[in-house]
Amino acid sequence: MMNPAAIGQPFDRVDGPLKVSGAATYAAEHPLDHQPLVGWIVEATIPAGRIKALETSAAEASAGVVAVLTHRNSPSQVPFGEPDDEGRFTQSRAMLGSDHIRYHGFPVALVIADTLANARHAAGLVEVTCEPADAVTAAGEEADEKPDELDGGLEADITRGDFEQAYSSAEVTLDVTYSTPNQAAAAMEPHATMAVYDGNELWVYTSVQLIGPAVQVLANTLKLNPDRIRVLSPYIGGGFGSKLGLHNEAILACLGAMYLERPVKVVQHRRQVFHNAPHRGNSVQRIRLGASRDGKLQAISHESFMPTARGYAFAEPSGAPARTTYRTDALVSRHRVKTVDMSLIDSCRAPGHAIGSLAFESAIDEMAYRCGQDPVEFRLANMPEKDPGSGKPFSSHDLAECLREGAARFGWGKRQPQGEVRGRQLVGYGVASTIRMNILVKSKTRIRLSADGTLTAWANMTDIGTGTYTILTQVAADLLGLPAERIEIELGDSAYPASCGSGGSFGAGSSGSALRDACLRLREKLVEIARKQESLKDADFDGALFEGGKLVLGSKQVSLTELVRQGGPDYLEADGKVAPGEDRGKYSQHSYGAQFAEVHVDRDTGEVRVQRLLGVFSAGRILNRKTARSQLLGGMVWGVSYALLEELMLDERYGAFMNRDFAEYHLAVNRDIPEVEIHFREQPDMRSNPLGSKGIGELSISGAGAAVANAVYHATGVRVRDFPITLDKLLEQLP
Amino acid sequence: MAAVSVNGQDVTLNADPRTTLLDTLREQPGLTGTKKGCDHGQCGACTVLLDGRRVNACLVLAVQCEGCEVTTIEGLGQGEQLHPLQQAFIRHDGFQCGYCTPGQVCSAYAMLEEVANGEPSDVTGDGEVRLCPAEVRERMSGNLCRCGAYANIVDAILDSAGELGQRGEAGQ
Amino acid sequence: MRPFDYQRIGAVEEIGAQASDRASFLAGGTNLVDLMKHEIETPEQLLDISRLDLARIEDGEDGSLQVGTLVTNTALASDARVRQRWPLLSAALLAGATAQLRNRATTGGNLLQRTRCYYFYDTARPCNKRNPGEGCGAFSGHNRIHAILGASEQCIATHPSDMAVAMVALDAGVRLRAPDGSERELPVEELHRLPGDEPQRDTVLAPGELITWVHLPAPPPGRQVYRKVRDRSSYAFALVSVGVILALKDGTVSSVRIAFGGVAHKPWRARKAEAALQGRPATEEAFLKAANAELADAKGYGGNDFKIPLARRTLVAVLRDAAGKTGEARA
Repeated sequence: MMNPAAIGQPFDRVDGPLKVSGAATYAAEHPLDHQPLVGWIVEATIPAGRIKALETSAAEASAGVVAVLTHRNSPSQVPFGEPDDEGRFTQSRAMLGSDHIRYHGFPVALVIADTLANARHAAGLVEVTCEPADAVTAAGEEADEKPDELDGGLEADITRGDFEQAYSSAEVTLDVTYSTPNQAAAAMEPHATMAVYDGNELWVYTSVQLIGPAVQVLANTLKLNPDRIRVLSPYIGGGFGSKLGLHNEAILACLGAMYLERPVKVVQHRRQVFHNAPHRGNSVQRIRLGASRDGKLQAISHESFMPTARGYAFAEPSGAPARTTYRTDALVSRHRVKTVDMSLIDSCRAPGHAIGSLAFESAIDEMAYRCGQDPVEFRLANMPEKDPGSGKPFSSHDLAECLREGAARFGWGKRQPQGEVRGRQLVGYGVASTIRMNILVKSKTRIRLSADGTLTAWANMTDIGTGTYTILTQVAADLLGLPAERIEIELGDSAYPASCGSGGSFGAGSSGSALRDACLRLREKLVEIARKQESLKDADFDGALFEGGKLVLGSKQVSLTELVRQGGPDYLEADGKVAPGEDRGKYSQHSYGAQFAEVHVDRDTGEVRVQRLLGVFSAGRILNRKTARSQLLGGMVWGVSYALLEELMLDERYGAFMNRDFAEYHLAVNRDIPEVEIHFREQPDMRSNPLGSKGIGELSISGAGAAVANAVYHATGVRVRDFPITLDKLLEQLP
Repeated sequence: MAAVSVNGQDVTLNADPRTTLLDTLREQPGLTGTKKGCDHGQCGACTVLLDGRRVNACLVLAVQCEGCEVTTIEGLGQGEQLHPLQQAFIRHDGFQCGYCTPGQVCSAYAMLEEVANGEPSDVTGDGEVRLCPAEVRERMSGNLCRCGAYANIVDAILDSAGELGQRGEAGQ
Repeated sequence: MRPFDYQRIGAVEEIGAQASDRASFLAGGTNLVDLMKHEIETPEQLLDISRLDLARIEDGEDGSLQVGTLVTNTALASDARVRQRWPLLSAALLAGATAQLRNRATTGGNLLQRTRCYYFYDTARPCNKRNPGEGCGAFSGHNRIHAILGASEQCIATHPSDMAVAMVALDAGVRLRAPDGSERELPVEELHRLPGDEPQRDTVLAPGELITWVHLPAPPPGRQVYRKVRDRSSYAFALVSVGVILALKDGTVSSVRIAFGGVAHKPWRARKAEAALQGRPATEEAFLKAANAELADAKGYGGNDFKIPLARRTLVAVLRDAAGKTGEARA
């Protein structure tokens, strides 16, 4: 009988019962021996400058206050950003280390009290006098610094062929500039940390996607030996890149715990998250396309202009889709950044592709209309044979099939070329290609099969809602023929073997492949033990199968617990690992999809409401059809949200986002999301990793928004190039 | 001592009247299932039932709840046995990171009662209330889910309501 | 929150001198507790009125309805009488907030909710409403959600209530009780103020005055329609909302009431538009004329310029919708 937890099965989340009953412990919820003190962050209210005076006596005298930590009394730290040869997730993130204000919202004090109410009130009693410095807070097309590299190690600039020549001789050209706003990751769990320090060891309960770098950043910041630091993050209330590294509350909680040698909890207030955790920078994207009259793309240029936060090297590759999606004779992709005195700018779900696709897939749509072609047909006519950016062959390529299948399922054939009017509603259909790079990251794991038949796997991997606990359970269940209830996956603890962590859609493939490797090694050990058994002397070892908790050798079989007792006697262990192989550099690897949207636009008010979303996706072997579908669903919701709603409103005078709450920073709500159809084209890609899977968490966001935007154009004839497409941008141009 | 009944157990109120119902709950061991996402009534993660009706626990001062009955996510199931709504959330994968989930489930539980009571919503119009996807979407819009599980949440609720209906338990 | 004394009020009669400008009445708390956490509201005394016997809806004289100040938004929106005879009010309530908030928010509290201006909420920024004389951050900052009618140089904030828009259109009134026990009545339309040079005062309430009842007179004849325009489809404040009660006779407007939300420091009764429509044929042209009459003095501040055409278009659409639903053939 098929193992219900076999790889690919839509197996229910193993952490589901804990999550639906409120029993999963997120960062601020771990029971400690002593009730932790509560810290509240006092934020700077200028974008740059120095603290001139800091009056803390009123706060210190306020009820319940235990300490007010400032740059004058906080434990010694390594200066912010050192060592400069390390990456941004491990460089010192010193807080309260000096009188230097790095950005609006930057912590200038931490008030520590017995209760939240006391800490929050006392924080308002801290008087900060600042000496403002000149600050640059906004960035646009004037950005002219060339970054050393882009996120993911991509080159800032690439040139293939002679763009100017190809563009100037093209029969049809397009030169358009799109912009996307600053955006917040807005994970539902605010960044939160509890720190416990006994004078020797520092234990940190936090919400972080990458455990290994979290240990290192604490060591690098707090001048501690990493062996004395333990980071625990078993459940994470969403990350989306904003929790790749540790953020301000984590450092502050540790400083408080070290200063007082008492447990300190710091949970960022939702308003604080907008500046004390990273955001996605705004972008200006100039796109020039040249094509023949019959719709063959000949020239593609994508120029990206974005901010980068001072002292925090990160540049988003918004040109990524332009480099890879369509064939072209000539290609230019450039990225320029401008250093701003703003809170940290970092990865947010699908860095590069998420906002790159909003602009690029909209521009491609414009070009299809300009060439007089159907938007699906235009895309199909420009499928690349090899990766136009790198020149490498694709490890697999399935975009055309996704487009064809999606168009058929969506009923694209019923589309009226000029949209449709139904009463007071303008109806439009939109499409976008979807492509997201696939990555494998070095990862390790250890497993132990005990004589009682339970298998435990350990890795410092995390599950940020992506389904890691469940998928790893399935990998082990599948490879060892065990029922899921006998498998324990232990994650989110720096004491466990170093894994890839969660980010870049590499988690499942990388950590799953490491676990697969461990399972194969354990299988070898079990077979070796079996070979020594007299009773199995003539058994069919060539056809060895692991099923139902047994090693099946043709007509003979032996239980795994029996083998463990023979070889253990208490348990058998195996270590597994995976690392990018030789094939890695030879192929261009991506997941694919095609997304379709139907929108209604109110003729009177310009309100856009999405009626239908459909996506067909090709992401290698699907490890769990239920959780994979959910990942895609989530990305499509982000796409709707990016296309229509989300925008951090920067007030340049203060370097502050003004809508720092969920009343005015609009995430899509349930009613914004219509019926969603998701289909898989399962095509294992064994060049991707030994499981044949590919990244899926960032796939659908890389196109969903453009499909919605293109549907808005189809409905209204209005092309809004400044995201989000709010009704004010449509209103006066509606037919 | 002033107290509030939480899932049938008396919880003593903090003497500081500034303490919200949400913080009162989260400071109790075993009652951290009610989540804080925004602390200002803008996300729904802290949704609990106060005398049977769903509210944002972050905007309720605990002292106001003296003598009231509060049901949290921990009180919905029967011991180890999950409530059918909780089971439906698992079956339909109505969550990912799980942080908004307790609020979603409590909200859904109360919402089904509101529908059974005939309370209208923004999409009901003049007529009778009838449970349908549009009603569920509107009525669940007070619970943000950044993972974007909305469509699965709607399926889970409708499925669960069907089950409840067949067993004659709806609206009780 | 700044520390405060908490007092639970058992009966209205217990409210006396303690109800001063240093005290606040607490009912549902959905806005007050929010603002107290930010220390934008800092009452020294919190008078909890949530257990007063004012959560009742009673039939009044001449087909009117008396709504106790503690009736929740949910209860009011769900009341069968309201749904049948004042559907505008039910619709407006249901367009606001979420079920969780409506379960808690009260009738009196809804009327007294404060603005959602970004600069009012950010205590590090200047705001004349929060700190008179400090300046207005929104005036030359982000003002997408701000007022186009009746604003002053001091303040361009809007009143966020949907319910109040319906009440103004329905000629509702409030009964007020002063700490000395004296009472007075006021149309809801006169409860809220324009900012002028005292933007810190949202309403004409005297210190310690309590809204005890809302009086809903028998509805005027005609079709009632509420339309809320917002960025997302739910759980968002109105960019513009319109409440209309329209009656036609032989294709001519025999009676009309119009109110706007999201455009001013108060729910905005559009009396110029009403006057322009009264007795006129119910045509698209007349609707547009009426809208233009009301919006002739509208002024944008950059980010909210779009609200002027949006208000115009929405009003025309709602009038068209209401006229279509009256069953009267349109001219």
